[in-house]
Amino acid sequence: MTGRRTVVPFGPQHPVLPEPIHLDLVIEDEKVIEAIPSIGYVHRGLEKLVEKKDYKNYVYIAERICGICSFIHSLGYCQGVENIMGVEVPERAHYLRTIWSEYSRMHSHLLWMGLFADAMGFENLFMNCWRIREQVLDMMEETTGGRVIQGSCKVGGVRKDISVAKLKEMSERIEKTKADVEEINHVFFDDSTVIHRTKGIGYLSKDDAYHLGAVGPTARGCGVAIDIRKTGYAAYPELDFEPVVESGGDCYSRCMVRAKEVVQSADLIRQAIEKIPGGDIDVKVKGNPEGEYFSRVEQPRGECIHYLKGNGKKFLVRERVRTPTLTNIPPLVRMLAGCEMADVPVIVLTIDPCIGCAER
Amino acid sequence: MGKITFTMSKRILKSLASGPATLRYPHEPAKRYEASRGHIEINIDDCIYCGLCSKNCPADAIEVSKDDRTWEIDRFRCIICNSCVEACPKDCLSTSNVYLEPVFSGPLKDRSVGPEPEPEVKEE
Repeated sequence: MTGRRTVVPFGPQHPVLPEPIHLDLVIEDEKVIEAIPSIGYVHRGLEKLVEKKDYKNYVYIAERICGICSFIHSLGYCQGVENIMGVEVPERAHYLRTIWSEYSRMHSHLLWMGLFADAMGFENLFMNCWRIREQVLDMMEETTGGRVIQGSCKVGGVRKDISVAKLKEMSERIEKTKADVEEINHVFFDDSTVIHRTKGIGYLSKDDAYHLGAVGPTARGCGVAIDIRKTGYAAYPELDFEPVVESGGDCYSRCMVRAKEVVQSADLIRQAIEKIPGGDIDVKVKGNPEGEYFSRVEQPRGECIHYLKGNGKKFLVRERVRTPTLTNIPPLVRMLAGCEMADVPVIVLTIDPCIGCAER
Repeated sequence: MGKITFTMSKRILKSLASGPATLRYPHEPAKRYEASRGHIEINIDDCIYCGLCSKNCPADAIEVSKDDRTWEIDRFRCIICNSCVEACPKDCLSTSNVYLEPVFSGPLKDRSVGPEPEPEVKEE
């Protein structure tokens, strides 16, 4: 017997959502039959600005697409312009970019882990995650001058160098942060509250993840081993790592992937600090870009693409950004079908939605 | 399960001993480091009013007038990216690591007026 169907609006204002996304939940009793998403609340028209800003100055706007993966957005943009113009970036700049990218990933994942704990009602864990995140942000501010908007990437390299003494201090401090994260991870992996709220919830099969275009931890939590870092941009080809893959496909697996990636990032930073070569940090860029390029980078939330097209003038003709959240919405809709109403906030959070990014 | 409780309680004891992890801002000043980008400062005496800072500003926050000998920055527009400091040929711009006090309303423009140029001495 089928019950009466009701449509419950979820968002755009909801305690669990840091940003506005709207879902129409078609429910039967307490069971979600279907979720219909709609976005469009925070569109800022950032892509259009590329036609009005000098291509070197657009980096600052690219960085502001997202407040969490800010550095990786600027890296994706700069990498695209450099490839169009055939600029060879110094090796040291590649390493510095890698270090800051991994710090970004750590701070994004720790932020997410906090929010996730908060969505489950585990306030203490939330506070502890954010306490550790502060160590990462401090490191960012000490080396770049900005906590969340670093402004240290530019076309042709990076704008700030890190001294040898500072690098040594960083590698010592990252070990402490890593130990703290491992302590917290232990709670995420083994605590009965977390397991109860996440295991078997929001299941997405490996095939669905692949066919619906899931990226990042959402895909890796379903056993799809895609990680754009493995395609070898910046200094990643020289570092030793394997993508973190879990096969569960539920909220617990996606949480595991992120929690393990924080530790992996700490490890990558240590490796990069050990291997970083000396030399220049930037090259002088002359002329204007002519041509087009697809720049792919791995953000904390998944693969991000910056498509750039220039016509030899100082303003680019087109920039198109495809952010990970946008591609993770169809898998989210699939996960929500058949779940309990009370689990919706937790499931929505497991794709780590960043609507500011998705709408640009 | 018992082990988990122990992990969290160890943390509680640590937190009790070390005090709060947060700062009581604004009673205590915000954290800042040597590299922190707080706000842009100018040493107007050295300025030659070339306008390179204004041209390089991605946020169009700086206005320079050679005739009036003024340099003006809109603090609300400025994103403290350091571009002007890097572009300045006379090194008269600098980034201070002190964050400005929060304000309630704008506009917040800082105007610096340079010294009168020394009168040219004509040789007779």
